[in-house]
Amino acid sequence: MKMLRYVVPLVIFVIIGVFFAKGLQRNPNYVPSPLVGRPAPTFSLPNVENPDAVVSSADLAGRVALVNVWGTWCIECRHEHGYLLELARAGVPIVGLNVRDDRAAAVEWLARLGDPYVGSGFDPEGKAAVDWGVTGAPETFLVGADGVILFKHISPLTPAVWQRDFVPLLVEHCREAKCPFLAAAGGG
Amino acid sequence: MIPEFGQLALALALCLALVQATLPLIGAANGRVDWMALARPAAAGQFVFVAVAFAALEYALLNDDFSVEFVAAHSNSALPIFYKATAAWGGHEGSMLLWIAVLAIWTMAVAAGSRSVPQEFASRVLGVLGIVSAGMIAFAFFTSNPFTRLTPPVTDGNDLNPLLQDPGMIFHPPTLYLGYVGAAVPFAFAVAALLSGKLDRDWAKWTRPWTIVAWIFLTCGITLGSWWAYYELGWGGWWFWDPVENSSFMPWLMTTALLHSLAVTERRGIFKSWTVLLAIAAFSLSLLGTFLTRSPVMISVHAFAADPARGLFILGLLGLFTGGSLLLYAPRASNFEAEGGFQLVSREAFLLANNILLVSATGAVLFGTLYPLFIDALGLGKISVGPPYFNVMFLLPVLPLAALVGVGMHSAWRMTPGQLLLRRLRWPAVGALVVGVAAPFAIFGAASALTLLAVTIAVWVCASSLLDPVRRLVLRTGAPLTRAQMGMCLAHFGVGVFMLGATVASAYNLEFDVSAKPGDRVEAGGYEFVFRSVRSVQGPNFTADEGEFELLANGKSLGILKPQIRLYQVQRSPMTEAAIDTNVLRDVFLALGEPLGADAWSLRIQVKPLIGFLWLGSGLMALGGLVAITDRRYRVATREARSTEHVEQPAAGAA
Repeated sequence: MKMLRYVVPLVIFVIIGVFFAKGLQRNPNYVPSPLVGRPAPTFSLPNVENPDAVVSSADLAGRVALVNVWGTWCIECRHEHGYLLELARAGVPIVGLNVRDDRAAAVEWLARLGDPYVGSGFDPEGKAAVDWGVTGAPETFLVGADGVILFKHISPLTPAVWQRDFVPLLVEHCREAKCPFLAAAGGG
Repeated sequence: MIPEFGQLALALALCLALVQATLPLIGAANGRVDWMALARPAAAGQFVFVAVAFAALEYALLNDDFSVEFVAAHSNSALPIFYKATAAWGGHEGSMLLWIAVLAIWTMAVAAGSRSVPQEFASRVLGVLGIVSAGMIAFAFFTSNPFTRLTPPVTDGNDLNPLLQDPGMIFHPPTLYLGYVGAAVPFAFAVAALLSGKLDRDWAKWTRPWTIVAWIFLTCGITLGSWWAYYELGWGGWWFWDPVENSSFMPWLMTTALLHSLAVTERRGIFKSWTVLLAIAAFSLSLLGTFLTRSPVMISVHAFAADPARGLFILGLLGLFTGGSLLLYAPRASNFEAEGGFQLVSREAFLLANNILLVSATGAVLFGTLYPLFIDALGLGKISVGPPYFNVMFLLPVLPLAALVGVGMHSAWRMTPGQLLLRRLRWPAVGALVVGVAAPFAIFGAASALTLLAVTIAVWVCASSLLDPVRRLVLRTGAPLTRAQMGMCLAHFGVGVFMLGATVASAYNLEFDVSAKPGDRVEAGGYEFVFRSVRSVQGPNFTADEGEFELLANGKSLGILKPQIRLYQVQRSPMTEAAIDTNVLRDVFLALGEPLGADAWSLRIQVKPLIGFLWLGSGLMALGGLVAITDRRYRVATREARSTEHVEQPAAGAA
């Protein structure tokens, strides 16, 4: 019986360990953005690649789409770039929000690494980014066909995050007509 | 090529760590001297290869090799060369390499300093350190390789986080790591004792100096971090109960408890299984800190890029090290027999109280730190635990702890007559009460009950710590003091000084938020600030608005203050550089806030009485530790080890 008390530390440690293991499976990351569940802020910005064209809220209208915040100064954006291209190939519409960037560098980046965006708004002073509650880059918003923000992800978008956080929402919010890409992008 | 050499060196270090982790332990179990003898060369080889890997990373940083992902993410060609070098620990991968390098340094020190220890025991200690090292190197190598290449390379890097571009950042992480990685050494001694099933007073004597050295580094590291937060974060606070601060503070509390418990084990041969448990807990809490900062379970200003795979790996290591040692502890701890007893009023009893209170304080901090995680894991929502919880829950055990310091250090081993203690301590106690109650009213005009209590206890700790040194060094009476006793008095005096600083700086902090234009005179807290100008300044990798203020008190000029707001070009983040006028009794803290338009600026002015005592007190604690390890009995042990093969342990001096 005396030995029993020497087991107590082990028991305490195991309990804490179980909580850690559970904690790892959750997405602690981030207290949901206050914008989630609200209509997406409207914006209208010149296109990075073509200053005469406009990227605006109209590009989101009537379909489920991603809004991805990026900049050439953002190393982590480079990490997710390949996966964004993959999603774009599967047909996912991605609207870019190029924040606090240099236009020439941004154009060069898209030319060199490929362009996954239906269009990228050029926001050198981060004004639209403030409306969207952007805290850094990369960030990715999922916007529903009704223009409501369904989800916000901070840090690079990876296949694991896509499967875990985005696909269930897509399955829930897409009717066949509005997400033709669903099967190709892993939700079928 | 150089980064690939670094990677190769890391792989070789891993191989040697695996050798060190297995053969000496097997040899010790089977009495194979040749296998045990492998421990030291394996440790030395590992040290060399880790050093090569670290040098390779520094080479890449200093030469702006932006084809290395870590360099691209944490450095920039415009970064001053100092910060290029320290960028090595500005990100997760590099700081893991630093962790490993620091462990290698400790391992080398133990290998060199344990020649007076029986070979079987030394082999076990080095073997356990090898296990820790192998785990950490594997973690770095497989999940956090700092040498990963970036294809295609970028032309310039993302720059070091501006918060880290500060002289404090050069010393804070390495010192802190020396401290909390150093907790691995008493851990290794504890596990070695569990493995051998033998724990005697010699064990405590071998373990104690290592623990003190780790504790000194931990003390300095935390102090540097707090000082850095104070002048760099621009809010004038010095402790935020941030999860990462907590995770360096918990090992400190545990190591402090361990030091005191080791004193009892060394002197009296009791508290053995408790001491072992504390050694395991101290290192486990260090690892916990590593886990919390490097996995996505917590949100903190310190958090590194979060990655669940890394979190899982460290959790596995935590399970291996802590779980493994506790699994060993459960059946074996009962073997360690107490060699004596003690009375209710005795130094042992006071040290027991010290341990209980320190462990309670650690428990309170641990609970507060993990509570949000527990709540989240149970699906009950997202919450955060703030300073109000910590301040109360921490003070509850710590105030009585401090009050007992004065009594405990004057009590004798085994038993102390109560009257003797009373006679010795009544005047310091009365003096502390008078000063503690009168001084706050006399100087500041008002005081809360808590302030009076805390100041009284702080003065009491200072006074009772000085009693013996004053008697011996000034009045020349009483028994001579050993270095260990001097160190103890000094460290406890430091505790009192720290408490005084913490109490007064928190209770009587004056804070003013004002707006002013160049040409204005602002009066605040008994000082006058003449706002002369704001101009643009160009730094190497930032531009700044720099204000120029003349500080006056009673019409006399005290100097010029130049607070800045810096905008770092690459990361585009603004940073406040506060200007501080310091003297022994107070700091005047001035930070430039937002431009308010029409030339006006918001200013944050704070007058902080006695805040310097925080750093002074912590410094005295560390100095006390330093004096204590120069004590004769440790020097004698080393000298004899050098001159003879077999060491007869000299009689232990006074603790």
